[in-house]
Amino acid sequence: MKKLMLGNDAVAEGLYDAGVSFVSSYPGTPSTEVTEKLAEFRGIHSEWAPNEKVAVEAAFGASLGGVRAFSGMKHVGLNVAADPLFTMAYTGVNAGFVIAVADDPGMHSSQNEQDSRHYAVAAKVPMLEPSDSEECYEYAKLSLELSEAYDTPVLLRLCTRVSHSQSLVETTGRATPPEKPYSRDVPKYVMMPGNAKRRHPLVEERTERLRELAESSTFNSVERGADAKLGIICSGTAYQYVKEVFGSSVSVLKLGLVNPLPVRMIEGFASSVETLYVVEELDPVIETHVRALGIACHGKDVFPLCDEFSQNLVAEKLSAYLASPVVSPQPPVLGSELPTRPPVMCAGCPHRGMFHTLKQNGVTVLGDIGCYTLGAAAPLSAIDTTLCMGASVSGLHGFIHAEGNASAAKTAAVIGDSTFIHSGITGLINTAYNGGAATVIILDNSITGMTGHQQNPTTGFNIHGDPAGKIDLEALCRAVGVNRVRVVDPYRLGECDEAVREETAADELSVIISRRPCALLKTVKHSAPLTVVPAKCKQCKACMKIGCPALSMTPSGARVDATLCVGCGVCAQLCKFDAMHSSQTDA
Amino acid sequence: MQTKNVMIVGVGGQGSLLASRLLGRLLVGEGFDVKVSEVHGMSQRGGSVVTYVRYGDKVYSPVIDRGEADFIVSFELLEAARWVSYLAPGGKLVTNTQRIDPMPVITGAADYPDDLVRRLAEAGADVDAFDALAAAEAAGSGKAVNVALMGRASKHFGFPEDKWLAALRDVVPARFTELNLKAFALGRT
Repeated sequence: MKKLMLGNDAVAEGLYDAGVSFVSSYPGTPSTEVTEKLAEFRGIHSEWAPNEKVAVEAAFGASLGGVRAFSGMKHVGLNVAADPLFTMAYTGVNAGFVIAVADDPGMHSSQNEQDSRHYAVAAKVPMLEPSDSEECYEYAKLSLELSEAYDTPVLLRLCTRVSHSQSLVETTGRATPPEKPYSRDVPKYVMMPGNAKRRHPLVEERTERLRELAESSTFNSVERGADAKLGIICSGTAYQYVKEVFGSSVSVLKLGLVNPLPVRMIEGFASSVETLYVVEELDPVIETHVRALGIACHGKDVFPLCDEFSQNLVAEKLSAYLASPVVSPQPPVLGSELPTRPPVMCAGCPHRGMFHTLKQNGVTVLGDIGCYTLGAAAPLSAIDTTLCMGASVSGLHGFIHAEGNASAAKTAAVIGDSTFIHSGITGLINTAYNGGAATVIILDNSITGMTGHQQNPTTGFNIHGDPAGKIDLEALCRAVGVNRVRVVDPYRLGECDEAVREETAADELSVIISRRPCALLKTVKHSAPLTVVPAKCKQCKACMKIGCPALSMTPSGARVDATLCVGCGVCAQLCKFDAMHSSQTDA
Repeated sequence: MQTKNVMIVGVGGQGSLLASRLLGRLLVGEGFDVKVSEVHGMSQRGGSVVTYVRYGDKVYSPVIDRGEADFIVSFELLEAARWVSYLAPGGKLVTNTQRIDPMPVITGAADYPDDLVRRLAEAGADVDAFDALAAAEAAGSGKAVNVALMGRASKHFGFPEDKWLAALRDVVPARFTELNLKAFALGRT
């Protein structure tokens, strides 16, 4: 029976049913659930790796060793894993190897809007792009077959609307893949120049064989429309928007294999219609290919490069081809500007106390990727930069050199525990090695928070929640050459303030570990919520400076929402009038 | 059948994912093609969240656009106001009357708009405003606010009550079944 299934879950089910046995990934929205779902299948190996490069290399090793392997990540994660990807294109694989990469058009949860299809083109590896959960399941299965048949890693391109949409899927059950014992093959697997030189032509030849597949496989298909006026080439979510608007009234060439792209199929389709459009989100990858074939088409001259598409956008841009003109509905709207509702750090978030301290001390803060990026928002307004995973620590090193050592007294880097292990540690090594009086603050909330609580090498638990090796952050920092390492509790503002003052003033590299588990963790016991003593509250709004969603100011003074408050007590430390008390001690 | 569009909107953490799962389960059981689109990640941290549920004979797009929603179920008043322009002509807005201040209101940078239910109706929306939090608390826990609200919304959707209850039993953990059935019933009455 068909089940309603998240695209990411369907990818996991497909990989499992195709016999995947080794999974190594790094979490990243919107890709995370693929690996979380795979981890539910016992009997196969699943793990969170410290970063995407390690994940891909581990999975490559498993493929070499003879089992079907998978690695999942978000689009920017593939930047990190690009190094092994480009050369794996040369070595090929042994058992099937698939990398799922999830793009985020519209940037629901990302720092950029890059288009992963460029990686498939640049690395010369095939890329499949499903457009709903059913295709997620089918393509995941087929991608492992394709990988073995063509001796190549395969990219499976997802995006937010495919990964995080549920649609109906029918699964078939796990099959046993063919055995693929490792056999030594130095010219294939040792990529020194002489061997790589012999492999490169094979890569080019493989691309041409894959292009032949693209001409005839069921991944790509023409859906003939009622008349020949308009033909649309599309893939993924854009296909769904096109079908939503036009149904079967226009001709559609749907591409499921988006690299390499077919030639004859596109030429045939183009010659069968009067006007050709390419409808694709983000960059003109298909359009560029079509134009290179000398075929006239419309694409980014009409459709935007930025943001995700929708059925309304497609209808608006192609309104001339609609049977009946679009009647824009006059929906009810409220006249006044409504207040925005940006995401905020949770009540009791352990990052809040440290950000307040940094703000109070006027510190310039180079930030990183995680929940704590929200520290940039008002009223904390405590972060100056966010670039990519790890860039806080390495960036601070250059920043201090540019500004002169005196600036070290007023600058710091903040980075989460998982991000520090991902790629912050290399930046710390750089500063320890090349010198500089930087202050690095590790916001250790004992979990990978933003992506929804994944374990990491600092937590002491593996992907299944079983006990695992645990990195000692203090010892690690000392081992790379940091002499000043101290741990503070971010719920204690005095302790944070003293540490920030002393370590930023110190004339050498120092690390402050701001340690307290995420308040949302099920293992964390909350204290009783605070209450405000109305007679004592002078409405000075000192407590409002920390941007806690459990606090609001009413005409009769500060108010604590007892359903949100976890009793962290940070606001009480800011109150000069002793107006905030634990509801438990009052009772 | 033409595709029907339902939006579930609210504040991250209010339990809209369970509401969409309930609706999804009901609709699949009724034999429809269904798509449910959620956003995970950063916006869940207390931000404005929206879930799209679409059903019919064949559903293509996973998202709902401005002016297309046959139903909007809102967990919070300001969010009802934010998304009301997605309502189709003749569409129905079912909203919880709960107010949750967003950060710009908490910091004093903006004011929470007054009188939203009246203004929504004046703007042309067919509004059913309902205190789902009170209903959930009466049922035994404010955490069942999502189910109480879906109970209210179920009056407008037109599927038999036993189908709703069967779907509800399927999607909530067994130990909370009784609480949720009670919250749903209080919402529906």
